[in-house]
Amino acid sequence: MSNNQTVTFEHSIPDNLKGLVADWSSDVQTFRVRWSKAMMWIFLVSDTFIFGSFLCAYMAVRLTTIEPWPPTSEVFALHVGGADVPLLLIAIMTFILISSSGTMAMAVTSGYKKQRKKTAFLILLTALGGVAFVGMQMFEWSKLIFEEGIRPWGNPFGAAQFGGFFFMITGFHGLHVSIGVVYLSIVAKRVWEGRYDRLDDYQMVEVVGLYWHFVDLVWIFIFAFFYLW
Amino acid sequence: MEEQKHFKHPSFYPGDAPETEHPFSLYISVWILLFVLSAFSYAVDLAEIQGYLRWFLVTVFAFLKAGLVVGVFMHMAWERMAFLYAIMLPPLFLLALIGILAVDGAFVYYIRDLFMPLVGE
Repeated sequence: MSNNQTVTFEHSIPDNLKGLVADWSSDVQTFRVRWSKAMMWIFLVSDTFIFGSFLCAYMAVRLTTIEPWPPTSEVFALHVGGADVPLLLIAIMTFILISSSGTMAMAVTSGYKKQRKKTAFLILLTALGGVAFVGMQMFEWSKLIFEEGIRPWGNPFGAAQFGGFFFMITGFHGLHVSIGVVYLSIVAKRVWEGRYDRLDDYQMVEVVGLYWHFVDLVWIFIFAFFYLW
Repeated sequence: MEEQKHFKHPSFYPGDAPETEHPFSLYISVWILLFVLSAFSYAVDLAEIQGYLRWFLVTVFAFLKAGLVVGVFMHMAWERMAFLYAIMLPPLFLLALIGILAVDGAFVYYIRDLFMPLVGE
């Protein structure tokens, strides 16, 4: 390379395993956010495809059943004061999950203001919302299984596929909420202990926030397409 | 500096700038808006609106809520365009899946409707 040819970028890094590591670890950067945040978003995109596929499969099955689909607003009704209130539990669960998203957004803001105790408290409040949500989901599941006789392979209300999709979609979402509660608790503990103060960096609060808001986001679509549609 | 204006968000200069742009009041108003939109979709069920109007309203409210959560709560409204497109465009492929399955689903339903009564379950 002693002639007047320009030295290109590809030549300066060898194309072998060493080069592979160099390419991935160099300062070349497309997204001007940090890896923790970019990777969480990329994970969330992949998760979008998982839930998207579930809901698309649900749509395909609902389109093709000859038997009527079970009337969700009656199946999920709750007895209150002698009357059936349709979708009451689901409305409360929606309320709780949206509220926990709100406290999470505030926790992120408090984090960037480096208010240690307030951030930890708000994250813990968010986690409590998640626990309440999962608790109510357990109540809903046990009611459907033991009282209404809904099974993944059949139910007394209509199309047999209803149970399978209900348990798979809400179950997978509930799993995400449960994992989120654990994740939130870990971050809350670290905030409380002052780890992010020592690092002078509260980015991880925003990253766990992204995950939690995504759980809320998925619920919005489940609420719309499974319960109300 | 013209460019400096776009780089204000704390995730870009983490730890450098306190998030003065987003006060609690912004999040609380979005929170209230989410409640109102949820109440609207719940009202669609209570009012027993059926058919295309129901599907239309439920879908519109869901996407409005999703936009608020992604845009404000997840801060996507303040991200750089390169990042926004990299994250928001791929899920649009699901539209192709929905289209294909809708066409196929209608056909399967037609066939089943035709033959299932003859076979008898």
